[in-house]
Amino acid sequence: MSLIWLVMICLGILTFLTRLSFIGLFQRWKIPDLVKRGLRYVPVAALTAIIVPELLMPDGVLNLNPLNPRLLAGLLAAGVAIRTRSVTWTIALGMIAFWALRWLLGLLSM
Amino acid sequence: MQNQPSFQFFSGARAELPLLLGVAPFGMIYGILALEAGLSPLAAQAMSAIVFAGSSQFMLVKLMGIGTPALVMIFTGFVINLRHALYSASIAPHTLGLNRLWKGVLAYFLTDEAYAVAVLHFNADSPPQFKHYYFLGAGLTLWGGWQLSTAIGIFLGAQIPLGWGLDFTLALTFIALVFPVLRDRPTLFAAFAAGLTSILAGGLPYKLGLVAAALVGIVTGLLVERKS
Repeated sequence: MSLIWLVMICLGILTFLTRLSFIGLFQRWKIPDLVKRGLRYVPVAALTAIIVPELLMPDGVLNLNPLNPRLLAGLLAAGVAIRTRSVTWTIALGMIAFWALRWLLGLLSM
Repeated sequence: MQNQPSFQFFSGARAELPLLLGVAPFGMIYGILALEAGLSPLAAQAMSAIVFAGSSQFMLVKLMGIGTPALVMIFTGFVINLRHALYSASIAPHTLGLNRLWKGVLAYFLTDEAYAVAVLHFNADSPPQFKHYYFLGAGLTLWGGWQLSTAIGIFLGAQIPLGWGLDFTLALTFIALVFPVLRDRPTLFAAFAAGLTSILAGGLPYKLGLVAAALVGIVTGLLVERKS
């Protein structure tokens, strides 16, 4: 039982140091201009790289079926996000669409 | 008023709040899985405070359940969390000049969700001062939501249905943040290249595909920027 405590404390320290890394380093180094411009793409690139596999490979395998409910609900949610710019609406309508699609597609496949 | 620390703090907290809708199911599911893997309620809760990184916590309890050696668990969690170094670099230009205590506190709060809210706000229209209070407000809100939802998961246990596909809220949360900012060509191309790479590199273990995809996205963005 004490093993998990050791693991979580070690991982906690390592994760903290990873998060601190460049926040600490860039104080001493001057950030080159090119790097600074490149870093502006990090949030969009990283978040898209989280989103796309969630929609297209939910079980670790590529699912390009146009009737994939995650893909369809995700596209609808993207439309809601662009129109409303509201996190609440995007999650709420995306989730409702996801459940509705799963239910409909479940009926179709019966 | 915008130059008040408290104004920035509450703005950050308010911007983060709706994300809890997407984060809470994860905290609850984590709490359930942690108990199922044999962790005590105290250990399960402590991990949410000490590690404070959802995907590595999920992996850890999964590995714990199948009796993985401690060093392998630590290494796996470390690699999964490597993406935070990218976040650190990307937020660093906004933390210059802060003292060590502030940097330590902000680094502790540098999770996917707090980072995303803060950096997208800073990149869009940077408030003149007290950005760190905005980040603190966002981070603290997420932290509270993560601890509370972990506790609810531990407390309610199996009463929460796992088959509802509640994990889909993660993708929806990030869709809500990313799509409104895809406005210029370089950003669009960066997102497209990152998305494509995340599929091509989807076979890489430990979320390394995500790091690779982010790097490809950055380079693509810079190349398109240079052309236009």
